[in-house]
Amino acid sequence: MLLISCPWCGPRDEAEFHYGGQAHVAYPQDPSALTDEEWAKYLFFRDNPKGPFAERWSHSAGCRRWFNAVRDTSTNEILAVYRAGEERPATAEPKPARPAFEDKAPSEPIGGLGAEPSAGVQGAGPLVSGRGGVGENQPFRLPTGGRVDRETPLTFTFDGTEYQGFRGDTLASALLANGVIQASTSIKLGRPRGIFSAGVEEPNAVIQIEEPFPEPMLPATTVELHDGLVATSLPGQGRLATQPDPARYDAVHTHCDLLIVGAGPAGLAAAAAAASSAARVILADDRPELGGSLLGTGELLDWADELGTRLESAPEVRVLRRTTVFGYYDDNHLLAVERRTNHLGAQAPENVSRERVHRIRARRVVLATGAHERSLAFADNDRPGIMLAASARTHLHRHGVLPGRHAVVFTTNDSAYAAALDLAAAGVQIAAIVDTRPAPGEWADRARAAGIEVLPGYAVTGTEGEARLTAVSVAPYGETVAQREFAADLLLVSGGWNPVAHLFSQAGGKLRHDEALGTFVPDVVRQAVEVAGSANGTFDLAAVLAQGAAAGARAIEAEGYSPDAPALPAVPVQPRTTPPMQVFTVPGRDGAPRFVDLQRDVTIDDLARATGAGMRSVEHTKRYTTAGTANDQGKTSGVLAGGVVADLLGVDISALGTTTFRPPYTPVSFAALAGRDRGVLSDPIRTTALHGWHVEHGALFENVGQWKRPWYYPQDGEDMDTAVLRECAATRESVGFMDASTLGKIDVQGPDAGVFLDLLYTNMMSTLKVGMIRYGVMCRPDGMVFDDGTVIRLAPDRFLVTTTTGNAATVLDWMEEWLQTEWPELKVHCTSVTEQWATVALVGPKSRDVLGSLAPQLAISNDDFPFMAWRETTVAGIDARVCRISFSGELAYEINVSPWEALALWEALYEAGAPYGITPYGTETMHVLRAEKGYPIIGQDTDGTITPHDLGMSWAVSKKKPDFIGKRSFARADAVRPDRKHLVGLLPEDPGTFLPEGTQLVAESELPAPPVPMLGHVTSSYRSAALGRTFALALIKGGRERIGERLYAVVRDRLVPVTVAGPVLYDPEGARRDG
Amino acid sequence: MADTALTAPPRSPLSHYADRLAAATRTSQGAVRLAELPFLAQVNVRLDAKGGAADAVGLALGLQLPLEPNTAIRAGESTALWLGPDEWLVVGPPGSERDLETRIRAAVGEEPVSVTDVSAQRTTLLVSGPGARDLLAHGCALDLHPRAFGTGRCAQTTLGRTQVVLVARDEPGAGFWVLVRSSFAGYLTDWLLDAATEYV
Repeated sequence: MLLISCPWCGPRDEAEFHYGGQAHVAYPQDPSALTDEEWAKYLFFRDNPKGPFAERWSHSAGCRRWFNAVRDTSTNEILAVYRAGEERPATAEPKPARPAFEDKAPSEPIGGLGAEPSAGVQGAGPLVSGRGGVGENQPFRLPTGGRVDRETPLTFTFDGTEYQGFRGDTLASALLANGVIQASTSIKLGRPRGIFSAGVEEPNAVIQIEEPFPEPMLPATTVELHDGLVATSLPGQGRLATQPDPARYDAVHTHCDLLIVGAGPAGLAAAAAAASSAARVILADDRPELGGSLLGTGELLDWADELGTRLESAPEVRVLRRTTVFGYYDDNHLLAVERRTNHLGAQAPENVSRERVHRIRARRVVLATGAHERSLAFADNDRPGIMLAASARTHLHRHGVLPGRHAVVFTTNDSAYAAALDLAAAGVQIAAIVDTRPAPGEWADRARAAGIEVLPGYAVTGTEGEARLTAVSVAPYGETVAQREFAADLLLVSGGWNPVAHLFSQAGGKLRHDEALGTFVPDVVRQAVEVAGSANGTFDLAAVLAQGAAAGARAIEAEGYSPDAPALPAVPVQPRTTPPMQVFTVPGRDGAPRFVDLQRDVTIDDLARATGAGMRSVEHTKRYTTAGTANDQGKTSGVLAGGVVADLLGVDISALGTTTFRPPYTPVSFAALAGRDRGVLSDPIRTTALHGWHVEHGALFENVGQWKRPWYYPQDGEDMDTAVLRECAATRESVGFMDASTLGKIDVQGPDAGVFLDLLYTNMMSTLKVGMIRYGVMCRPDGMVFDDGTVIRLAPDRFLVTTTTGNAATVLDWMEEWLQTEWPELKVHCTSVTEQWATVALVGPKSRDVLGSLAPQLAISNDDFPFMAWRETTVAGIDARVCRISFSGELAYEINVSPWEALALWEALYEAGAPYGITPYGTETMHVLRAEKGYPIIGQDTDGTITPHDLGMSWAVSKKKPDFIGKRSFARADAVRPDRKHLVGLLPEDPGTFLPEGTQLVAESELPAPPVPMLGHVTSSYRSAALGRTFALALIKGGRERIGERLYAVVRDRLVPVTVAGPVLYDPEGARRDG
Repeated sequence: MADTALTAPPRSPLSHYADRLAAATRTSQGAVRLAELPFLAQVNVRLDAKGGAADAVGLALGLQLPLEPNTAIRAGESTALWLGPDEWLVVGPPGSERDLETRIRAAVGEEPVSVTDVSAQRTTLLVSGPGARDLLAHGCALDLHPRAFGTGRCAQTTLGRTQVVLVARDEPGAGFWVLVRSSFAGYLTDWLLDAATEYV
């Protein structure tokens, strides 16, 4: 969401503003002097440039001031704002894009030479005879080590079998501890698939939660284990719950100086640099524990824990655990979802929201989102037991779990060696490290020193095993025939690393291909964000820490705070790195599938069909094959797919780029996005002061805008038709009353009020006498009616304008727009008083008697209180303004009182009217009564293409006024066409036939061959008690010239004969108005 | 008939919510306090801030009209809220609206000014207590941190899905006034009570 700077109120969310089109398009001085073409140019033509564009905005939910902004239409960046009436300023240049990390120096690896081998896994004892140390039921669990709490065993069920795990497990790690690795079958091919990773990137182990509440398609690698969890594997696709979700969801707006996304080494270092300043810092991480990749490598965890404690106690620092920042929008607006009670299972408190969306507005952002390991497209690369190398290391260090016992490692880079060494130290037998690089360097030396065979220049050519991997065959890289075969239940794969650049890319950042790293890394960006650590392509731990600290310090310094130079932990020296080899496609056993996207079952062959069909862009191959479109969104497969396509096309991957990263980063439930905007709170409900009475008296309600208006009041099981006929008859024959409080009311004050209203309305308002009322019509400059209502003159310099219920805010905005942008010299102000007054319409021949009994001081005869006059008096002892207005053709009054006293008035009327059978009526009866009189409802009988003349209201269009809004358009050729649609009455020849609103009208009794000439359509249709028949209003081409003609209404497959009539069907001579 | 009407007490938009607001306040054990402040006098004033009228009104009311956007000035029982560069809302104790209007009109003399009684247009919710900012932050996009929206600040903005005038009251711990259009008051109160679930 854009942050727009109101010249008065400062930066506010875009949602508070209303767009007003191109600025500096002045209303012509004398529209009547313009040719049709010049006038049409003013009406319809606006510039549409790419780049800076001056446009009008209104701070409609704030100070209601119109102002101008220069916005770059290609970036949405607002370059300048200035007040209405001011000159357009010299436009500032758009902000240049800045590098993703400001200072390039610390991004070089600074690991030392001649490294000592690391001590391996702390506390991880080798397994004895293939059995774990914590009981028979978790055979793959180590007796010690990891971040799980072995004192808190948890029982869970997966695919009907009960297992045990520990607090701190994910569902995936607990399954692995129990020796379960297959967690799904694939969506198209039905092949068994195993746990592939240890995080959000998981493509395979996407499961269904059954209890405590059904939820589909969650990666088992991110589901925190809790007691009583019941889950099932999925054949690639989940099931939504059929019962309503009882949990609460909510949202919160959060502001900070610095948002750090990711609490791995870079994010923690950034937080450390910012923590003790007074800056407001948020550190968000999607896992329950801080540490990020450190949790997976087992490094520096004491530092992470200590820092976490310090951050928790810093007053202006918020640590958001279990919080995924999933969207990065304009002006550093980021959305995050916090999973607050999922991990508590059945213990989740009912009054705490299950998930919370944080709408974060951050002055600065540091993205420390890490990197995802990618796979390789080798033969049979999808069997359960094939796992990303670093993920296996994570399961070991974080959960004390061995994903297998006999492993082969297949890599193109150094990172898998550390995984192999740690797993070997923990008791996994590493049969071989298969490295595509001919000279793997120091890490290979270290592996050999640990007794592990390294096969340089080799690759995996095929695998065996159904429910689980049993064997891996290898050959020199490039050959397809196996030379050696290893028995193995685990194949660890590393095809390199992809920086998690999703949020950076959503922020508008550009990526570039880094040859040395063999992947895409953040390049430049316009928003106030930096990227640190492996998310920026930096993988050396010491450099990652230094980058994070520098980025954090720079961010808060830019916001005026003094950063700390945090004490960063010492990092043990590591072997010298050897550059990775860029490999995507691995030749292998003939006929074996080589999967690129495991979740979508997309193989190299599928991509070859796409390129064979002529696709040359990764966006096209993605859509052709569906690679990258599953709910993992291709986190492990996206770059791999790009690489394979590059191989197929014989181009470099850098030329292809990546597919677009769109929010959300990980799936977010609709329930979380809806928050509390659901059920009765999904949309505001507006009620009048009399709402309670209507409810008590059985009213059904109609939504008019956000208002709840009584629709009709059924009695004793009446249906709608019966109730409305009864309400109409009672009102026409005696007296009815209606709550009309929802009409918009605007107080227009100032010496120029009359001049102003003369410009707004088509008819003359300045000649209205104090004490009198006039009906008026408002048009847009194009001459089309957009609102109508009455205007009351309260004083020489004060009018009260009423609007239609749904248009009150629009009309007020309309008035402000003209006053502020075109006629600032007019001394007049408009104030909404819609809710200052409650209005009761008292209607019918007996209304005078009822009013008279309650307003003894009021001279009430027709002469004393004529039609279209208003009086101040007391009604039932309540101060009231009574207007003699009729929207039904009957003698009628509108009584306006304070809403604080509206119920007392209403009940007094009900009581005083009882002898006459006073009948409350709703909007449906109001519509019937007005339609019988041919009074249009703007917005129902009009649709923005209808002039006052079309409505037969030429009498409401002044010929004396030199100009008013819309006047010039009445002289356009289009406005005087003889075949314009006119509002007329329509009488079905069968008086019982009801025409649905929207029914089309044609000339002939049989439909000719298409195209059928359409003459118009029904806009309102009712059953009339007064006429004893059905009737309708319709917009018909040349309608007034067709009165008396027979036309045909197309009702489903029937052509219903109808007769065109004048619009006023009841009391056309107006005899009933004065009682 | 007239007699019954005369004796009927005025009804505020949230009179039927009083019990639920009180219950939420009670069960939150001090975390949040929610109440309607009904019938406050509210007078909308429009005048040209560049002329002498603003000062004249200030003198007449003993209450300066704030010229800094989005601020409020209180004097005694009355508060003037900035709503726009030429628009203020003067809030006073219940029943004072006629007096306020008369004094303002008298003060400006011949200067063009609009004075409109809007006391029933909005009602006022009090949201206070240590949890008040967190509660409002569920539905208000403004930064309510004391550094950004401290005492004496006011703003027209949206809360939940409705427009409000938000006022940070000037005594420490006095919380916020939320002025809401009367027709939206029921919706907003339902929303606030729902948002308060976690605090009560």
